[in-house]
This record gives sequence, C-alpha cells and structure tokens, in this order.
Amino acid sequence: MNHLPQAWGRPRDDIYGAYDSSYLQSHGPNQHTQQPIVTGTSVVALKFKDGVIIAADNLASYGSLARFTDVKRLRKFADTSVVGFGGDVSDMQYLDRLLNSLDTEEAYSSSGHTLNAHNLHTYLSKVFYKRRSDFNPLWNQILVAGLDGESKPFLASADLLGTTFSSPSLATGFGAHLAQPLLRKVAPDEEAAAKLSKEQALEAVKESMKVLFYRDARSLDNYSIAVVTKDGIDLKENEKLEKQSWAFADQIRGYGTQIN
Amino acid sequence: MCLSALNPDTRAIVPGAPKVQQTTELQRPLQILIHPQLLTLRTSQSTLEHHANLPQTSIGTGYDLTNSVFSPDGRNFQVEYAVKAVENGGTSIGIRCKDGVVLAVEKIITSKLLKAGANKRIATIDRHVGAVSSGLVPDGRHFVSRARDEAASWRSTYKTPITTKDLASRMGGYLQAYTLYSSVRPFGITAIVGGWDSELELPVDGQVGSGPSIGSGGKVEGKTYGGPGLYMIEPSGMYWGYYGAATGKGRQTAKAELEKLDLAALKLSLQDGVKEAARIIYVAHADNKDKEFELEMTWISNLDGPTKGRHQEVPKDILEEAENLAKKYLEGEDDEETKDDDKPAEGDKMEE
Repeated sequence: MNHLPQAWGRPRDDIYGAYDSSYLQSHGPNQHTQQPIVTGTSVVALKFKDGVIIAADNLASYGSLARFTDVKRLRKFADTSVVGFGGDVSDMQYLDRLLNSLDTEEAYSSSGHTLNAHNLHTYLSKVFYKRRSDFNPLWNQILVAGLDGESKPFLASADLLGTTFSSPSLATGFGAHLAQPLLRKVAPDEEAAAKLSKEQALEAVKESMKVLFYRDARSLDNYSIAVVTKDGIDLKENEKLEKQSWAFADQIRGYGTQIN
Repeated sequence: MCLSALNPDTRAIVPGAPKVQQTTELQRPLQILIHPQLLTLRTSQSTLEHHANLPQTSIGTGYDLTNSVFSPDGRNFQVEYAVKAVENGGTSIGIRCKDGVVLAVEKIITSKLLKAGANKRIATIDRHVGAVSSGLVPDGRHFVSRARDEAASWRSTYKTPITTKDLASRMGGYLQAYTLYSSVRPFGITAIVGGWDSELELPVDGQVGSGPSIGSGGKVEGKTYGGPGLYMIEPSGMYWGYYGAATGKGRQTAKAELEKLDLAALKLSLQDGVKEAARIIYVAHADNKDKEFELEMTWISNLDGPTKGRHQEVPKDILEEAENLAKKYLEGEDDEETKDDDKPAEGDKMEE
C-alpha cells in the first residue's frame, strides 16, 4: 500500500502491470465507488503510558486542489475513543453517521456500558470487510485510539480492505512513510510506549505533523489533536503548527552551480 | 359479518340472506378486544367515572365489540375501554421545569423476588427525549420501539435530532392509526414524552466543516429556539403539550399537586422539580398504600445543567434525597390530619 489513496485496493502496478481500466466501466448497472474524490491525508497516533495521542490535519483535498481547509477528521465516540479518518471524506461522513446511530442505540440498554475502543475497532473492521466483499468499499484507512476493556491504551488500524493491525505507534497514508520512523524512535515497542510521558508523546506527534506538512503536498498546517486518557478526551480542533524552520531557504540559490 | 353483529335487527329482513347464527358466548371473546369486565381491581372512584362516562347502552348494544366502530353518538368504545386499562396502571408524571424536564413513575412491586432497580419503565429515545407510560407495559415497550425508529428516521432524513414536539406528533399519529381498523386494538397506554431541544446551533449529523459563520437562515433575531418539551399521548392518539402531566391510577391526586406548583410561570428549577416529582408520586401512592412500590425517575437538563441536554436516570444520591423529603412530607401531613393513625410504614419502598 502506498500513500496515494487512489491506488488503495488496486493491484500493484510494479507486480501485476498497469491496471486494465477497461474493467472499470464508467456506466452500466450497479455502480460502486471506484475511487475516492475528496480525500484526507495522514492520521498519526502514538500510545503513551496513560493513554493515546492521535492527530490529523484539517484539510480535505479535491485531487491536488486544497479544497476544504476546516474539515475535522478526528471523531469522538462515547467519551472513551477517538477515530481518525484518512481517505474519502464522504465515506467518512457515512461512517460518522453510522457511529452516531451506534452510540445512540448502545445508550438505550440500561446496563450503562458502551463500546470501548477495542470493540469499536472490531465493529469498524467488520463494516470495512463486508463492504469490500460486496465490491463496494468504504475508501478509508482509519485509526482507532482509546482505552480497551481493561482501561489500557488501545491503538489499531483498519482500512478499506478490512485489513487490521496494531502497534504502539501508527500512521496512515503518507504518514506511514514519514511519521512512523520518527514515532518508532520514541516508542520502538510496547514496553517503551508504556514508559512514555504525555509530554514526550505530544512532542513526538507534533513533530511528526510538522514533518508531514513539510513533505506531504496534500497536507495543511492546521490540525486537530486528541489526547485520550482515563480522565476523558481532550480534543483540540484548531491547532497551528509551531516553530517551522524556513530560514535556511534564504541561503539556497539556483539548482546547483549558481553562485549568488 | 361485523355489520350483522352490530345490528341484529337487519338480519331477518334481508331476503335470501344466509341464516346468521346468533353470536354465541364462544364467539364473543374473540371479538372483544378490551372489555371493561376483564379489567379487575377498579377503584371506587374510577367505577364512578365509568358509569358517568359510559351510558348503560354501551354494553350489550354491540357497538363496543370491535375497534373502529362508531356508536350512534359518535364514540369508539374500544378506545374508551383502553383508557380504563390506563387508569389501572401505576402513576406516571412529567414536570416541565425552566431548565429541564423530569419524568417519574410509580412501579408497583408485585413480588419480593423482583430485583430492586431492575425492569426500567422509563426509556430514552434518541439522546434527548424520555418516555414513560401507564397501562399495559408491553404496549409501552412497543411505543418506545416505534418512537426510536421515528427518531432515527428523522435523523436520516434531516441530519438533526427530532424535536420533542415533532416526536409527539408522529407518535400521536401512530396511536391514532390503531383506532382506525377492526384488525388491531388501540394502545392500552397513555404515554408521557419529555425532552430538551438544544437551543444551540447544532452541527448537521456527519458534518465535516464548520459551515457558514452567520448561522442558518430564517431565524429571528432575539428569539430563543429549543427548550423543554412535555407531551402526553392518549390511546385515541390525542396529544397536548403540558406544563405538568399525570396519568395512571393516582392521576387525580397527582394533577391536583401539579396544579399547585404554578408551572406555567416556568420558575421551578430542575433540582426542585425532581423533589416535587418524588413527592407527587409518594402522595399519589398514598391512596394505594397496601402495595409496595419503587420510584423510578429520570431527567433532562439544558446544556449547562447536570445532564447536558441528554436524557438520563436521576443519580442515586439525588433520588434518595428526594425520596427522603417525600417521606418526611407524608409523615408531616399524616400528623396534621389524623394524629391517631399509624404513621405510614417505613417499608414503603423496597429495601435496596
């Protein structure tokens, strides 16, 4: 899988050759989503000793056009979980409504319990797998951050194919290439993540968001970030990247041989 | 078939009509949907009402055997019999306060083997509405199930929570549909629906951007939107908005107490409303002392209040405080009126 949402769910060109797009009829009966249209880029998340931090920028791109700049891609669920969405924004809206009705229905039972992050991830992965098996996928890769049934930090990924995996740090799309190596430096394994303080984790995630803004052409410097702990969810939706370093650019001239 | 049952006189004079068998005792129970004689345990008061409301012609004339049949004076007796079922149920009330709504119900404890606090009678619809009913409990469940479907379908159409008023309207329509056909029976419940409609500019369900900053069109400057809603829906499908609503066995007493509160002034706070609701259920139960009961109470506050616009159970400590005040009030009232009488048993409420 690469960072281009358009390529997700397609056979890899370098192995199978260019995809024969004549199979993708533009008309005919029973059309399903063939490609994402308005897309969100990376979601980045990292576990620490008391919980999980998750972040995503506020951009929804229309191809290379940075079309919508106030799109909130982190969604709260039941005061214990946050879902971060990458990929198609209309499918994200569908999933948000699905989660909204799920949350309402869960509250009807008088037990007072609701789904934790682990349950929520299982649910969403099954929705994704069902849809891809109907050849009508929801074109997203998501991260579920929160606390599991034992109130321990939980972080896992699910995507349009129904693939799931879990790790102390996770990033979708472009972030899988750029943010993951940085996050793995602070939390190479579960033991290391269990020793991380909130401040260390916050710094690492913010640094990753900055690196992504530098290098990902579909990213934005406005972002949302959520810290999920036992005390609840602290979600900030209008953060701005700080301390960007551009001063060095003054010294750069030409493409190689030009001197002043 | 129904016609012949209704008007026995027409049978003989229809030429060539097959001989219709007289309605036998065996057939009758099949046609009777709700018959007043099946509803035992009527208080003397409601017996009086019964005779006042129903002329003697209602029984035995045939106009009360089937739902959706008009009597000569334009009444549907099956609906009136359904009201009788409601009048035997435990008392439920709703109070509309300035910053929220309280719902309470008197649950008669039919057996010591019932678990305290289980078997909830007040249900949540969507997140911001509560419903409680008196009468046939399964009909109440069906009501809630339908109300939840209506709220969900409202959301899927309009991407916003249903208002209490619209929900009451839809449920009124639903109950009325059950008075239209002989193949169904009316609902044996009167339901009280209370909710808080958000006064804020709500995001549309699934909205991903912040939208226009100037707010939605058509709103009048200075006018407030949202707020508390309280509606009572009867078996006929009739519903009204109320400041305070009561139904079930103790409704007369409860209504008298509600009228004293001057709820129309909208000055009663939610916290006081909880105390008044508990007291009214206790006072209404005083006519029915031989049976033990459990008080179930829920509330919905505004967004600044304790429930943040959601329908929730009243927390245990606040409920107990309200119940203690109610018991104290009853003791005080007892001392004044009949000093010789025994004080009400302390075990009015089942031990927890």
